[in-house]
Amino acid sequence: MKQEFKQSILDALANPNLTGALGNFSVAYRAGRAKAYEGVDFEALRDQIAEIKSSASSQFDVLAERFSQAAEAQGTKVFRTNDPQAVKDYILRLAQDRGVKRIAKSKSMATEEIHLNKHLEKAGIDVQETDLGEWIIQLAGQTPSHMVMPAIHMTKEEVADVFSNKVEDGQKPDIPKLVKFARGKLRPMFLSAEMGISGANIAVAETGSIVIVTNEGNARLVTTLPKIHVAIVGLEKLVEHFQDIAPILIALPKSATAQLLTSYVSIISGPVPNTDGSAKELHVILMDNRRNEMSHDPRFKQALQCIRCASCLNVCPVFRLVGGHVFGKVYTGGIGTILTAWFSALKESDEIQSLCIQCGNCKDVCPGKIDIPDLILELRRRLAVEQGQPLIQKAIFSVVNNRRLFHTMMRAASIGQKPFAKQGFIRHLPLFLSNMTENRSLPAIADVPFRDRIKQIEQPKCTEKAAFYGGCLIDFAYPGMGESVVKVLNKAGIEVIFPEGQTCCGAPARYSGAYEVAAQNGADNIKALLGEDVDYIVSACPTCTVALKHDFIANLESVGRTEELPAARRLAEKVVDFSTLASQLVEQGRLKFKAGIEPMKFTYHDSCHFKRTLHADQTPRKLMKQAGYEVVEMEEADMCCGMGGSYSIKLPEISAPILERKLVNIEKTGVPLLLIDCPGCVMQIGGGLDKRASNIKVEHTAQRLAECLE
Amino acid sequence: MNAILESSQVFESFRTRAEAVSAQVERVATSELALELIISKLHLEGVRDEAHCYAVWAECPMIGTPEKKRLEAAVPGLKFDVTRELAADAKVGVSQMDWALANTGTLVQRADEVDRRLVSTLPLLHIALVATAALLPDLPSVLARIDPAKSKYFSFITGPSRTADIERVLTIGVHGPERLLIVLVDDLEVTA
Repeated sequence: MKQEFKQSILDALANPNLTGALGNFSVAYRAGRAKAYEGVDFEALRDQIAEIKSSASSQFDVLAERFSQAAEAQGTKVFRTNDPQAVKDYILRLAQDRGVKRIAKSKSMATEEIHLNKHLEKAGIDVQETDLGEWIIQLAGQTPSHMVMPAIHMTKEEVADVFSNKVEDGQKPDIPKLVKFARGKLRPMFLSAEMGISGANIAVAETGSIVIVTNEGNARLVTTLPKIHVAIVGLEKLVEHFQDIAPILIALPKSATAQLLTSYVSIISGPVPNTDGSAKELHVILMDNRRNEMSHDPRFKQALQCIRCASCLNVCPVFRLVGGHVFGKVYTGGIGTILTAWFSALKESDEIQSLCIQCGNCKDVCPGKIDIPDLILELRRRLAVEQGQPLIQKAIFSVVNNRRLFHTMMRAASIGQKPFAKQGFIRHLPLFLSNMTENRSLPAIADVPFRDRIKQIEQPKCTEKAAFYGGCLIDFAYPGMGESVVKVLNKAGIEVIFPEGQTCCGAPARYSGAYEVAAQNGADNIKALLGEDVDYIVSACPTCTVALKHDFIANLESVGRTEELPAARRLAEKVVDFSTLASQLVEQGRLKFKAGIEPMKFTYHDSCHFKRTLHADQTPRKLMKQAGYEVVEMEEADMCCGMGGSYSIKLPEISAPILERKLVNIEKTGVPLLLIDCPGCVMQIGGGLDKRASNIKVEHTAQRLAECLE
Repeated sequence: MNAILESSQVFESFRTRAEAVSAQVERVATSELALELIISKLHLEGVRDEAHCYAVWAECPMIGTPEKKRLEAAVPGLKFDVTRELAADAKVGVSQMDWALANTGTLVQRADEVDRRLVSTLPLLHIALVATAALLPDLPSVLARIDPAKSKYFSFITGPSRTADIERVLTIGVHGPERLLIVLVDDLEVTA
């Protein structure tokens, strides 16, 4: 990671205005969005949008042609090009031909993408942004930090300063007054501009219509007052049918700003009369800029389902800390990382893709149903292929995959951190136990790993057997969790075995883009786990469970090892996470809760993979309620704890404040017990609470459950 | 459910949604009452025949030449000949909408004629008339009724102009009207 990039992160984190504004917004947004979608079947709605957009991106050429014909039949001039430079030249030539001296612009990310303003200004044309946020950053000489709220990073004091310095002295940091001031100053710009430039939110092929959504009303003025209107439309805005507008228009305002509908929507399907009775000159530029190429990429085609609502930014635990500028100059956040890789260059996404902690929040709220975290992993994989795997990483994976050697090294490292840290090796170890973060205590590495401890447990002989997949954290740091799992399953008459051949689940390699390594991890584990004649394969780590159930298949597929897929699928079917299995055993009456358990309050932290991939989040809550416990929900229970595997080591600056927020939310519940289903989260949060000398006990659900059963 | 009860529920839903986005909603039984209401509003707003104090009224189906004459006589400064200069210099704009949407509090208008857009974008107060019978449940129901081949500019208006671009603080009235008064008229026919 380049120093410059690290520094931009540190600068953002050190800016209290930024983190304050974004932090507050993210809380308000979450509640507002939920309210806006009340009574709406979001899943059905986004299925519909994904279908409309996916079908459109399968036939961009056809739809662009249909759009052109329909629009031109109404008198619109349509210009199609793949080349951003051609867009700029077209507009400049048009402006010069018509003697345009001033252009009023409503908000358009497509024009930001191609840096249109600079090109026109160089030719001496006055370009006025009229969206308030865009105007502020234009005056300040900055770039948008958010697709929907471009100036969200600035305070009213900063805005007042910008207005005072660039427009008129003496502006006070009073928001209604600042807005009034902008209205007064921009009104003459609308009235005097000879050309209006807008973007579009939707373009309808069958009717040649464009749909423009705004709150301020500037797009209505830009498309009404100047005699020439130019709309710049990315190909991904195309839909086939006029009725396709409805689902997108229903979702966009709700997802973008938690509104039922924006103040204004304009549907323009051809030139209309100007104020002097002449006909409007209407130009629509359909801009490709690699979108067509993207639509032919089997993985990234999906990203064209984006409706630019920016909800992926609004729910991102990292974005709310660092804001948009760390991501670059145009598109920001999760989807922005992907768009930057395509519209600029893959290389440009190298650093920003590492900001993704893979929590999956964005995937849950995306109205275009885009699996953004997965596409970011795919970027990582392609970058790794393009740049080759760093030597240090190769060395690490060779250690990680040798479990005994790994344990020895971890143990040595945990005892004598310093020499290892100095060698610069431990900080590169995927996952865990490095002491590079100062905000959490680390668990001791067990001197005897779980794989050896299980041999000492006296288990009843049972007809049913379960193979336990330990994963590194339970095996080396938290063998007690493994012992609890054995205890619970034994009570239900299930004997637990630990297949020796099991190795790393491959998550560290996968999340580093090293898919060959991850695929080999999968293959080794499949062999070890399917080699045993067992009724269940159980894991108490959600990251591992997801690897066993989903990622092994995906990893093998992505490196072309298709002949191993049937075995991977057989394994996936047998795998179950601990709490889900325990809950089934309770339902079957094979596990019984002790009578007279002292009622106790607890709070529950939702681990990312456990909730958003395994969808098992309610199961442990229900189990503990059955045991007689009472759950007290914390705020943002399902927000990432900042662990993210090796993320907490690579980007401790970001991981630490994410953890901090989580700890505050936990402490606010005032309960004595926190339950979690993920050993990684236990390590992160437990370590954080320990550093704060908190009395709150942190346990894996398995540990508490083991104490509550007969 | 009888039609009257149903229509009153649709109206209540519209009113709730529109008020939630800071619009003001009135309902009157007849066009005559609507005109009286508007005259009194224009007086209240201080509309008179001098710069910055005009009201502009876009061509609309509900009033003919006799009504215009009456209105002009009752409210000096009210102009039916809408130009961009007059609209930019007006306190109030009046226009008739084609539909209203109950579940979002939205007004929908075929706005190819530029005066319809000028009066609803430039003045500080926009008074929008709409037939109660033109209330539709939602967005899909209006999209199914509008024909982009016939009308090349459709305006959807939901509350007054707003922004939250500075510190996410909601502020009403940026480039468009600061206030929106919606008058539903029971005896008006649906215009589309």
